Parts: sequence; C-alpha cells; structure tokens
Amino acid sequence: MTTAPTSTPSTLPPTRTARLTGAAANYIDERTSISGIVKELGRKIFPDHWSFMLGEVALYSFVVILLSGTWLTFFFQPSMAEVHYEGSYVPLKGLEMSIAYASALDISFDIRGGLLMRQMHHWAALLFIAAIGLHMLRVFFTGAFRKPREINWFVGFVLFILAMAEGFTGYSLPDDLLSGNGLRIIDGMVKAIPIIGVWISYLLFGGEFPGTDVVARFYSLHILLLPAVLVAALGVHMLLLIINKHTQFAGPGKTNDNVVGVPIMPVFAAKAGGFFFIVFGVLTVIAAFFTINPIWNYGPYDPSPVSAGTQPDWYIGFADGALRLVPPHLETVIFGYVFSWNILLPLGVLPLFLGAVAFYPWLEAWITGDKREHHIADRPRNAPVRTAIGAAGVTFYAVLWAAASSDLIATHFGLGIEMVIHTLQALLFIGPVVAFMLTRRICLGLQRKDREIALHGFESGRIVRLPGGEYIEVHEQVDEYERWKLLAYDDYQPLMLRPNARGQITVGERIRSRLSGWFYEDRISPVNQRELEESSHH
Amino acid sequence: MAQHDDASTPGSSIERHTESSPGTAVVTADAAQNPGFPPHEPRVTDVDPKADKKAERQVTTLFFLSLVGSIFAVAAYIAFPIVPGDLGSVRLNTALVGTGIALALLGIGFGTVHWAKALMRDTELVEQRHPTRGTEETRAKAVEVFTLGNQESGIGRRALIRNSLIGAAAVAPLPAVALFRDLAPAEDPNALLKHTLWEEGVRLTRDPDGSPIRAADVTIGSVFHVIPEGIREEEEYLEEKAKAAVLLVRLNPGDLNELPERASWSYDGIVAYSKICTHVGCPVALYEQRTHHLLCPCHQSEFDIANHAAVIFGPAARPLPQLPIAVDDEGYLIAQSDFTEPVGPSFWERERA
Repeated sequence: MTTAPTSTPSTLPPTRTARLTGAAANYIDERTSISGIVKELGRKIFPDHWSFMLGEVALYSFVVILLSGTWLTFFFQPSMAEVHYEGSYVPLKGLEMSIAYASALDISFDIRGGLLMRQMHHWAALLFIAAIGLHMLRVFFTGAFRKPREINWFVGFVLFILAMAEGFTGYSLPDDLLSGNGLRIIDGMVKAIPIIGVWISYLLFGGEFPGTDVVARFYSLHILLLPAVLVAALGVHMLLLIINKHTQFAGPGKTNDNVVGVPIMPVFAAKAGGFFFIVFGVLTVIAAFFTINPIWNYGPYDPSPVSAGTQPDWYIGFADGALRLVPPHLETVIFGYVFSWNILLPLGVLPLFLGAVAFYPWLEAWITGDKREHHIADRPRNAPVRTAIGAAGVTFYAVLWAAASSDLIATHFGLGIEMVIHTLQALLFIGPVVAFMLTRRICLGLQRKDREIALHGFESGRIVRLPGGEYIEVHEQVDEYERWKLLAYDDYQPLMLRPNARGQITVGERIRSRLSGWFYEDRISPVNQRELEESSHH
Repeated sequence: MAQHDDASTPGSSIERHTESSPGTAVVTADAAQNPGFPPHEPRVTDVDPKADKKAERQVTTLFFLSLVGSIFAVAAYIAFPIVPGDLGSVRLNTALVGTGIALALLGIGFGTVHWAKALMRDTELVEQRHPTRGTEETRAKAVEVFTLGNQESGIGRRALIRNSLIGAAAVAPLPAVALFRDLAPAEDPNALLKHTLWEEGVRLTRDPDGSPIRAADVTIGSVFHVIPEGIREEEEYLEEKAKAAVLLVRLNPGDLNELPERASWSYDGIVAYSKICTHVGCPVALYEQRTHHLLCPCHQSEFDIANHAAVIFGPAARPLPQLPIAVDDEGYLIAQSDFTEPVGPSFWERERA
C-alpha cells in the first residue's frame, strides 16, 4: 500500500477569502482549541454500505421531528378546557371540544403551512421509529452488537423505547376521539396492575379518567422530558460510535484491525449532509400529498362513541395485538383482590420480549466466551442460529402486530373474527419455531453453497462437449477479491463441558454448554488456505 | 488501491495490545489469506473531462433548482392563502408550499450527493483501529487517580461518613416522590370508581341530545345509546359519562335468558347494560341485531345480550354490568338504582366493599 500523492501545497499568496477564513479559524481556535477536534475527527474514516444508511435515516428524521415539532409548539395549546369551536372547518363548527383539539384543528385549517407541518411531524415520527427498527435489525443480523459495542446496542434500545414513548405521548395530544380511546386503553391497562394500578391512573389523569390534565402532562413529557433524555442518549450513541468506529463488512483488504472507507472531510460529510436534505425533502413530499391522522374526521374525545376498525399507530400495534390475543375469562379473585390476567399476561410478556432484545448481546457473549473485539460485520448466513433467533423474534413481533389489525383482516378477507384470532393465537407459538428452523436450514444451505462456489467456482451456464462425448457445464472461478467475501468469517465450535479449577461442573456451565451446543453443533467451517490451494490445482 | 491516511504501522494492533480469549471460536493457523485491496477503478468523470464538466453542470443545475423551489414556496405561501371554510384552499396551500420546500431540499440533497459521488476523490482510505481499552499506562494512571481520591478523601477508611452519606443520598429523593401526590385530588379513587350518576328514578336519555326515552318508542331490535338525565349540567361531564354510558336494547322477551335474581331488572324485553368494556374500557358500541351480540371495536370482546351480557369471545373476563330499569308514570324509562357493581375495567379493589 502506498501513500497517494495529495494535492500539491499552494505557493501562491493567499487570496482575500483565504485570509478571511484563516483569520476566522484562528479567532475560534484561540478561544476553543477546536483545531484538535478537527485534526482528530476531520479525516475519520467511514465505511460505506447501503445498510449503514438506516441509522442515518433515523437520525435525520429525528432532526425533522425537532424542527417541525418546535414550529408546532408555537401554535398548539395543550389545554383540556372546553370551548365551542369557531374555526373554519365547517362540519365541527359550534361543537364543544377541548382547546387542545381546537388548536390542532386551527393548525390544520387556519394557519398556512400548518397542515404541512403537522403531517410532516407525524410522517417523520413514523419514519423515525421505522428506521430505528430496521437499523436494529441490521445491527442484530450482522452481529454488530458484539464487543465492544454491547453498551451502544443497549443505548440504541433505550432510544427505541423513548421513540415509542414520544410517539404515544404525541399521538395523544390532539385530544381527538381516536387518541382518547388510546388513552382509555392505557387507563384500563394501568388499573389492572395489582395494588398500585388505580392510584397510578388516578395520579396520571389528575383524577378520574379522562380528567382535564392528561394532555398538558403528556405535553410536558412530549416536548421537554422525553426529548431531553432522547437527545442525551443520542449523544452517547454517537459518541460511542466515534470511539468504537463503525463496523465494516468483510472484503478484500479489510481486516478486523482497520477501517476502510471515505473520510468525513469532504466525502462523507457531503454524502451524509446531502442525504439529510434528501430525507427531509422526501418527508416534505409525503407531508404535502398524503394525509396522516385526519383528526377532523374523528371528532373531539367523548367516552361514549367509537369508530369501528380502531387502530393504534403501527408501532404500538404489537402491544395492542398482545391484548387482543388473550383468551376469554382470564381473571381470578383472591381474598377479594382482583388479578386481571388478561392484562397482566401481555404486560408481563412484552417486557420479557423487549428484555430479550435488550440483553441479547450479553447472552451470546456468555455462550461463546469470546472476549475479542469484533469489527467485521457478519453476513447473517454465517451465524445461522443468531439469524434464526432473529427470524423467530421478528415472527413473534409480526404475529402480535397482525393481531392489532385482527378486525380489519376479518372484514377485508371476509373471515370470522374468531377464526382470525384463533389462527393468530396458534401462530404466535408455532410461527417463531417454524421461522427458526427454516431460517437456520436456509443459512446452513447458503453457507454450503458459498463453500462450493469458493472452491469450485460458479456455474457459468456454458455446456461443453468433451472429446469423449461427455457433456459438462464449465464452472468459472470467482476472482480472489470476490472469493474473499465468501471465506472471511468467524467460526465457533460447541463448548466442551469441563470441570473448573475446583473440579466441579456448575449448573451455569451446564446451561452454557447446552446453549453452545444448540448454537454451534451444526456448522460449516470457512474454507481454509490448504483447501483453496488444493482446489486451484484441479 | 486504498491508502493510509494515518501514520500508524499496519498489522494486528488489537491482538498485540490485548490477549483476549477467543472463547469457543476456532482459531486456525491455516485461515485463508486476505488478498489485499483490489485495484482502483477510475470513474468516467476521472478519465473523461467532458463527463467531469457535465457532472459539474448537473450539480449546479440541482442547486439552482433548489433556489427556485425556495422562492416558489414563499410565493405560494402568499399567493395561495387559506380561504376560511374552503378545504380546497387548504389542500392547495399545503401541496404548493410543500412542493416548493421539497424542491428546495431535494435540490440541495441530490446536488451534494451527486457532487460527492461524481467529482470528489473516491479512493478509499484506510485507518488503523486501536483497542478500545486504554493502554496499560493510561489505565495505571486512572487507577492512581482513584487511589489518590480514596486516600485523600478517606472514603474507604471512614466507613461512618461513607455509609451515612449513602443513607442520606438514598433518602433524599423521597420528598420528590411525595411531591407528586397532589397530581390528583385527595379522595380515594376506589370509592369514586364504584359509583355512577345513576340512581333510583333517574331517566334514561338519548346520547348526546339528552331527550328522555319512552319505553313504547323502543322497538324490538333497536339500540339506544343512553346517558343519565341531567349529566350535561355536571361539572365533570366527561368523567361521569365515561362511567355512566349505557346501551339500551329491546329483544323479543322470548329470546331473553335472564338470571332469576335479575328478572325484575328489565322492562318488557328492554335491557340496559353498561357500555364500558370490562376489558380496558372502550365503548362497546357495535351491536349485531340478529345474534344479539355486542362487539367491542378495540379488542373484539363479544358479549351476548340475550344471555346477561356474558363474554363469549375475546379478552374480556366479565360480563357487562346491567343497569336495573323500570318505567315511570309518564311511560319514560328510569333507573331502579345505580349499577350494583363497578363498571369498566377491573381494578385491584374492585370486589371489596
């Protein structure tokens, strides 16, 4: 590897602009010593891959949320005091409603650009959570959560939860019929918590549901507390990204000890900065032409009416679906106290599921016992059991998510609601198992195929007749750079159960060995140098 | 060909500094060899000055379009105001202002990315990674800092000071917790949850206009959404409505399977049930006349009205509470009493007196 000739230093006298820039830079540096940071970070290398953009999309949509949200705070009034609507949306004229709902209507119908900003805020929020979800899946399936990035995985998980909390609190602010029903559901769930449930609900709503406080309280959370925590966690997330440097996929010249890519100044900054404007622009197009959350269709909140086909925003769907899948009559009364298993069951299962997501890196690290740093992102096929666990988790989530639309599935496809629910109940247990087994098999198959291609090349589609009359298909070798991508991966073997220094086999070690066997008993070793050399002699 | 941008030596820096266990990973001396960087392929813009010029023009055009978009957005904001009551004007304003802003943003975005991809230097650079852990020297210094801190403060030695500080700090957040008590009024919420506005003699009225309902007007198969008379005047209208909302249905008395102790709670096939779902409190508003089933639109709990609102499907655990009704001298439907059990979702002390 050689050092490239960089541009030759200029010997011309500095121009006026250069002198001005120099003076400004000097002014700032003499007061901040920022030159050190520029020197450290200015030419930091970022590897390039399309999947690395997902986190960027999340970051940029968050910036759009902050900008549009700040604008909205100038017009929105988080009060539940009753007024008669006198705005320009005729169908609701004269109706009694909260000031919050009325001001949300004013933003939509009486303020220029208001509807655009409201819709941009909502669409950006949906994109934010979707991008976080996809980013998490990318990190999971490529094993990018391994040492030294476990903590950053957890910080990212916290961001995911905060994003959902922001989404839910924001969704409730307009105080329309749909969001009011969402709050009603939260109220019902909270009340089911043993001992303190009723009190939590009472304090949250400032009295009995719905009360006149919850919108203002959610507003404080939505625009102050949650964003502050979110921005802080985001800062930690970015800081750790810089400290750990980004992972990269295996490729020729790329090793676990280097980062190959473009420098921040100028290429990465230009691409990332430009991409921010693209995300922002695309969100603006969507906001300008596609209605989201048409609160004017729902009317003000009233505890009595409800619209059929009530749906939460998609990211809360998995929790709503969990509520729907519980079978009837699950409640017991012990010494006069009520245990509402129909609520407590989902309330228990969801944290378990989310907890498994949050702590998975430590589980895998414990099983492998691998204490090395990992900077090469795995191809999902090269970690078959991890990928299969991921697929099972996605299936579990997807079934809960589908359950949140059980009524719409029933009406759209002309099925009985009972049948839809029973099918989903069965799928919730069978689906993940099937997904696990299928994915694991597919991964192992793909690994075998990779091995074959690395050793014997790929089928060229060219049929040749040999002098003896035999027909063969010519296999062509992949070039060594392409081939390297098929060879470079970590391989683990199952843990051998051995007594420790005191001659004991602990229960923990037994479990670990079991899990390790489950993870690695079926494995395809990467092609080694000897095999490569042998194959090239053919 | 990739190039070094920093001066550190190549090689396995990470493995040199730390001897981390590979765990159950297979470490083989015979691993396939990394072929090194592939030769760099120049872009069209690198070799063809014409393509370079063309790309430059494209980038400039995109930035210019952005400028046009910004001005267009401001012009549209002024030229297409919202006409009160005209939804078309809202739509037009949103679409045109949005288009202008989008053009402004996308012009900058695509222009910059195109510039980076077509014209900026595209050779990949290499940076060495260093182990995340500090060097032994740094770590020794850090340990020393803590040791000095411990020695100079005596926090390890002076157990009494340390433990009393921990105790004080642990209790210090208590006032903050206490300060949240007045988020809600002083009354016990459990008592509030057990009563609604219904009481003996209160007329059943239509939701939302509040007109009373004559028993004779309730035809078989019809459904009425009901609120107690006078609820509109209540200070806490929505809170009361969230508990008192009732669904009134008339069935053919022959279809009605009533519990013996509730035989007097209906009037000539007219039954009244709480409209608040016993699952999590959504209004159970969808009535299927043919089957006498009530469906909650939120989580699809189904209640059989003909069979004292028993749960026949879905996550709800308990039947909907029934409101005992009668008819007054003028033929209007009235309540015999409040509900005999708390309405809505279950709660911890629901079954306690």
